[in-house]
Amino acid sequence: MDIDWGWIGEHTSQLTDHAVIHLRLALLPVLFGLMISLPLGVLCRRWGWLYPPSLTIANIFYAIPSLALFMIFVQYTGLTASTVMIPLTLYSLAVLLPNVVDGLGSVAEPVRQAATAMGFGTLRRLVQVELPIAVPVVIAGIRVAAVSSISLVAVGQLIGQGGLGYDILRGYQLDFPTQIFAGTVLIIILALVTDALLVLLQWLLTPWARARRGRAS
Amino acid sequence: MNDLWNQIKLASEWLTASAQWHGEDGIPHRLGQHLYYAGASLLLAMIIGLALGLLVGHTGRGGFLAASLANLGRAVPTIGLLLLVITVVGLSVTPVIVALTALAIPPILVNTNEGVRGVDADTKDAAQGMGMTGWGVLWRVEVPMALPLILLGLRTAAIQVVATATIAAYGGLGGLGRYIVDGLSRNDYQLVVGGSFLVVLLAFIVQLVFTLLRRLVVSRGLLGQAKSS
Repeated sequence: MDIDWGWIGEHTSQLTDHAVIHLRLALLPVLFGLMISLPLGVLCRRWGWLYPPSLTIANIFYAIPSLALFMIFVQYTGLTASTVMIPLTLYSLAVLLPNVVDGLGSVAEPVRQAATAMGFGTLRRLVQVELPIAVPVVIAGIRVAAVSSISLVAVGQLIGQGGLGYDILRGYQLDFPTQIFAGTVLIIILALVTDALLVLLQWLLTPWARARRGRAS
Repeated sequence: MNDLWNQIKLASEWLTASAQWHGEDGIPHRLGQHLYYAGASLLLAMIIGLALGLLVGHTGRGGFLAASLANLGRAVPTIGLLLLVITVVGLSVTPVIVALTALAIPPILVNTNEGVRGVDADTKDAAQGMGMTGWGVLWRVEVPMALPLILLGLRTAAIQVVATATIAAYGGLGGLGRYIVDGLSRNDYQLVVGGSFLVVLLAFIVQLVFTLLRRLVVSRGLLGQAKSS
């Protein structure tokens, strides 16, 4: 396979534009997914009966192929960004919801009791104690959701939504491997950089874990 | 809801038309191709993912490498890999199997590793105390105890592969994706809905098969306490 590096050099601004569109299409759904799964996860912890049906519904969506789901949504939202973003939001729920619930479940009972004994109400205990402790597990879920979403959005090009999927399909139509290669590699880079940034975010959000590790070494 | 009902009606009309049931573009032939792509890829991914996962989980070494590999696999856009391999080796089944195998390895690898690594150290100690060797511990203690997670990984991989095998059609190959792609280019919405419906149905059957498999092969002592995540 011959890569035409000159072409890539000449098209950096086009590729950058596509990368930005790509990230927006991929990451907004994860954000929406988080906005749904955080409150839903808290409710599922509070009322246990809510969890199995919620998870089953999320898993049903997860089992629907992206292409098929895009096609179904075309009927309602047309060839717009929503047609890509709504299915991706639904997919992210299957990963995010269990992690939110497990993360909140990882809070040790003595910690919860200590917070209550210090006079924390339910809401304050949730925000200041339980959610921070859940951060590592929740972020683990966000990492999987974000990385999968970034590589899945490429399929969104099939309904004309742009991003780096455009370069992959265009390169194939023109029998020009360089453009396919550029699109594919940029998607991998975007995914890995996003993943690394989320690891960094976790590091910043959990100073106590750093302190513990520092003492141990 | 009315629209949804219409879509189901469209799909069922298409499914019951006798023209769909024979020939090169008939459902049995397309389904056979689809299952062939998915099955071969899943088998390859199982060999690689299970072997690596068991090795890393059992020895406790290389966990970081395995996680990075899985992460890389997740980051690769399947459609890009497929089209890239086609431009290199030409139009055949190979590109489809390469792309789908890369998609299926991460969930199998990660869950196998987590499952084996998560086996209680005391349980392994007890097994060794009973005179089991490394292999004995692996096959008679670690694998059975990790089975719920291993099956979960296989299920995720199988569903993703069955769903994603549709993109083979973009490279000009067969499978159920053919209906979706052809329907799109001909503006034949019934074909798109009918094809999508078949893929969704197949994904649900896979899910059902794994639910049954879990009941059959997982030790009864584990089912009560197995984590569902």
